[in-house]
Amino acid sequence: MMADLNALTIAEARDKLRAKEISATELTEACLAAIDGAGALNAFVHHTPEIAMGQAKAADARLIAGDAPAMCGIPLGIKDLFCTKGVPSQAASAILNGFKPAYESTVSQKLFDAGAIMLGKLNMDEFAMGSSNETSTYGDVVNPWRRGNDSADLTPGGSSGGSASAVAADLCLAATGTDTGGSIRQPAAFVGITGLKPTYGRCSRWGIVAFASSLDQAGPMTKSVRDAAIMMEAMAGHDPKDSTSADLEVPNFEAMLTGDIRGKTIGIPREYRMDGMPDEIEALWATGREMLQDAGAKIVDISLPHSKYALPAYYVIAPAEASSNLARYDGVRYGHRAKLAQGDGITEMYEKTRAEGFGAEVQRRVMIGTYVLSAGFYDAYYNRARRVRALIKRDFDAVFAEGVDAILTPATPSAAFGLGEMADADPVQMYLNDVFTVTVNLAGLPGIAVPAGLDAQGLPLGLQLIGRPWAEGDLLNTAYALEDALGFVSKPAKWW
Amino acid sequence: MSIDIETARRVAKLARIKVEEDALPALAQEFNTILGFIEQLNEVDIEGVEPMTSVTPMRLKRRKDEVTDGDMPDKVLSNAPDAREGFFAVPKVVE
Repeated sequence: MMADLNALTIAEARDKLRAKEISATELTEACLAAIDGAGALNAFVHHTPEIAMGQAKAADARLIAGDAPAMCGIPLGIKDLFCTKGVPSQAASAILNGFKPAYESTVSQKLFDAGAIMLGKLNMDEFAMGSSNETSTYGDVVNPWRRGNDSADLTPGGSSGGSASAVAADLCLAATGTDTGGSIRQPAAFVGITGLKPTYGRCSRWGIVAFASSLDQAGPMTKSVRDAAIMMEAMAGHDPKDSTSADLEVPNFEAMLTGDIRGKTIGIPREYRMDGMPDEIEALWATGREMLQDAGAKIVDISLPHSKYALPAYYVIAPAEASSNLARYDGVRYGHRAKLAQGDGITEMYEKTRAEGFGAEVQRRVMIGTYVLSAGFYDAYYNRARRVRALIKRDFDAVFAEGVDAILTPATPSAAFGLGEMADADPVQMYLNDVFTVTVNLAGLPGIAVPAGLDAQGLPLGLQLIGRPWAEGDLLNTAYALEDALGFVSKPAKWW
Repeated sequence: MSIDIETARRVAKLARIKVEEDALPALAQEFNTILGFIEQLNEVDIEGVEPMTSVTPMRLKRRKDEVTDGDMPDKVLSNAPDAREGFFAVPKVVE
């Protein structure tokens, strides 16, 4: 067997599979072995080797028959937020202990229909609420990267922290993620991989545990931009079971990767220059700008004046939607139910079940959401936030109308921080992680994080490109040109 | 806007989350920190701006109003903490 099959990209593996140089079974075995040796990362939390080997066998049969889509035989990790039939799917929450869906999410089903293989379920922040993967009922995920020779465990970011850690550590070829305020792009940046959040409506949300329905989108987390294009195509498409999924044709995104961005206009938003941002990020941003210019793009300074209000608007809208979506966890239909005392009625059952089942951050957001939606505050908070959201979207509409094709920003305001380092900070400090990514969700736009370089401590940093609605193909092509110019090839040194 | 312990208690009740009496002061403090952050929205001139209802201007798809699945009580109840005789079971609701 060839060494390190698990380290292949999707594109490399596809070509080797089609050329019969390797089999899906060998590839899957290599990933399962890598997962077995990576318990210290705590990325995979439900292992499904039997399913994986069964799917690998089926993929090999398709490959021999010559009926092999690009994702056929590609071993993936699936974020625990996706409902997977007969396999525990608990959104990393204790309130869904033991829950095994009787159905498959549309996105995972589409991937399986294309021949992809599920290695297992990936750790995440509880209900996708967090930026450090420290709110999971399964415990923290550990970033495979470390600061120089320091052995302190770092966060892989969140909420798709398990997906990020697993892809960066070569436990799988790629993983699914979901992004409500930055949950694909921030962890991708923290571990040096590519993460794409498509336009709102590009992927069906059916069967993905809902956090904030007007913001949630699934997307790929991969080792290259090409892989993101390949996997995105397999995940996307209209679904009658999600009325917000767009009935638009899904292009062949990979075919759009020409690397030619001559004549494209790239906007640099002045509001993304933050006080206290590390010089390294500022420098990297300037490098990205120069590289796009060298590739033939026109660089223009732009203004997105309401950017500053994106996070506060998000922390009204997302908790409001969460408080409504999470009302279903009541101890009646699935998951955990609290033990009741003599004389307890149904209200006590709800209250005790939710107190025991939800972690601190989820409880906090559900209660904030309840407050901003409560009588007397609905207009002052919720409606005001929705009006500010309209202004944030208008900012983007205006620059796109002026001819901007994509916007370049840093992906995160810092590199990965240590697990536990934010334990004493107030919740708002943690929320600031999403300052560059959250605007994109509020405006429903596609955004991609690409690994750009290493900081002085040897940790990866990412840049973000934001595209026009439904222009993922164009966005991916710009990211492809940037990736090529940046030439980021670093991998974490294996210590686990 | 400052949240007192009484408001924190009321919000916990509305959210159907049991919060112990001694945890209420800290909870109220957290709410105040987050709401303090949200207060920035008051600086924005939102005069004449409609609240966003849909981020992409699209008309939601409609389908015929007809039954598309059903007849699977076993599947529906398979994850219930307490199911009896084809129903979800809960503590007595009506006296």
